[in-house]
Amino acid sequence: MTNYFVLAGILIVIAGFALRLNPMLVVTVAAIATGLISGMDLVEVISTFGKAFNDNRIIAIVWIVLPVIGLLERFGLQQRAAAVIRGFKNATTGRLLILYLLYRQATAAVGLYSTAGHPQTVRPLVAPMALAAAEKQHGELDEDTAETVKSFSAATDNVGLFFGEDIFFAIGSIVLIQQTLATYGYELAPLQLAVWAIPTAILAFLIHGSRLLMLDRAIGKRRR
Amino acid sequence: MITIEWLYTLAGLMFAAFAVLSAVDRSNPRRLGNGAFWGLMAASLLAGSRLGDFGNGLLVLGLAGVAGFGFIGRSDPPTTSEAERQAFSERLGNKLFLPALIIPATAFLGTLLYNYTPLGGSGIFEEKRETYILLGLGVLMALAVIFAWLRPPAVAPLQEGRRLIDAIGWAAVLPQMLAALGALFAAAGVGAVIGELTQSIIPEGSVFLTVAVFGLGMALFTMIMGNAFAAFPVMAAAIGVPILIKGFGGDPAVVGAIGMLAGFCGTLMTPMAANFNLVPAALLELKDKNGVIKAQIGTALPLLAANILLIYFLAFR
Repeated sequence: MTNYFVLAGILIVIAGFALRLNPMLVVTVAAIATGLISGMDLVEVISTFGKAFNDNRIIAIVWIVLPVIGLLERFGLQQRAAAVIRGFKNATTGRLLILYLLYRQATAAVGLYSTAGHPQTVRPLVAPMALAAAEKQHGELDEDTAETVKSFSAATDNVGLFFGEDIFFAIGSIVLIQQTLATYGYELAPLQLAVWAIPTAILAFLIHGSRLLMLDRAIGKRRR
Repeated sequence: MITIEWLYTLAGLMFAAFAVLSAVDRSNPRRLGNGAFWGLMAASLLAGSRLGDFGNGLLVLGLAGVAGFGFIGRSDPPTTSEAERQAFSERLGNKLFLPALIIPATAFLGTLLYNYTPLGGSGIFEEKRETYILLGLGVLMALAVIFAWLRPPAVAPLQEGRRLIDAIGWAAVLPQMLAALGALFAAAGVGAVIGELTQSIIPEGSVFLTVAVFGLGMALFTMIMGNAFAAFPVMAAAIGVPILIKGFGGDPAVVGAIGMLAGFCGTLMTPMAANFNLVPAALLELKDKNGVIKAQIGTALPLLAANILLIYFLAFR
């Protein structure tokens, strides 16, 4: 007999996000509820939760770049990044982000996915450059436009990472696919899987790239 | 051998310093909350391997309690003004980029050297962790260069780091919380139930519709779990292997590889993937916490459709 009640945790998460409750609490309540419904006792639930949190500490490592980024901001790094973009005659937000998309996909595809990212490159360099390019073309930006430009800077990093990294055969997701299929008797080499990430990578570049060019036009229209 | 534990210690010491500086910062009315929150993070990084599972669990409940009941506030550590920064930018010029590039360059070149020259055989770094360790090395080198060149006050890197981490707030810890939630979902058998539900809506005999349910299922379940890694084994067991590969004779490499990428389209559309979608919104100080997701939907949906078509045409050649 399937225990459909274990899905309660999912409902708690959806409702919590929809009601804009604090996600830290929502996640904790959902985790405890799911564990209890599935028949664990409270100590077991807390232990499982704690173990998984501890096993995932590597996620927190990226924050060690913050003192360096903060220090460089103190000495005007964001202002410098903007000044460089103002020096290029043909720079637009869209073209700049397409270049970054290509860089991010290419470096991720050769396994260098943790060399760029939101704290390391997007906040100190990419977003200020994208804003400066938009300002150079269209003058002072209103708040909504600035938000859109920043959002697209972060979005471009994600798209570049996700649809570049799987071309690298030694990444976790390729290993996971390989091991999952191996349990059913399908033995595949990582490289056999990684080549099939290439068509999607090309399409991701074309789709997101054309949206970035449309973003240039959309900013222009909003200014008029 | 340099292991990932060394990095946890480095990060733990940094968070400990954030905690102390937060607790004595009288400009923040909630200074003790901030001190407790970053202090718990420091404890997790410094002592997580020795606290035991239950101890770590209580630590996580503490983090959730401090953040969830509004005990943390935004601090305002000392830094330079906009005008001072403009002046620095003009005076220092493009040399300012060099220290910023030390971190990615160390990680980039170091990883290449370590993996493609005999250096890798030396085994000085823990296996598969070399890029992270080199990232840490890059941070230390960048700090050394900045100190030698610009001579900031000694506490400046910690205060500037605290300025940024407080701008992010609890969103800095949420990705780890969600990963832990995923582990509980898995232990409770949520995946099996979802797999069963998906199987029950598969239309008989149509290859295309089955591929579509597989792709959409990957994306939707990824949105729920915040992570395609959790969705893949479930959807492979429910549809990918028994129906697409065994039933219709699809190429397992295509079904596996592009199925995972259909899941990645889901990652672009969910607040559950906090480190990709909510953390940057906090880092870039966006007013709309879902701004990044909104910018991504227009790419994710057509790409999901493209992935479904790719599986259909490439797996059943």
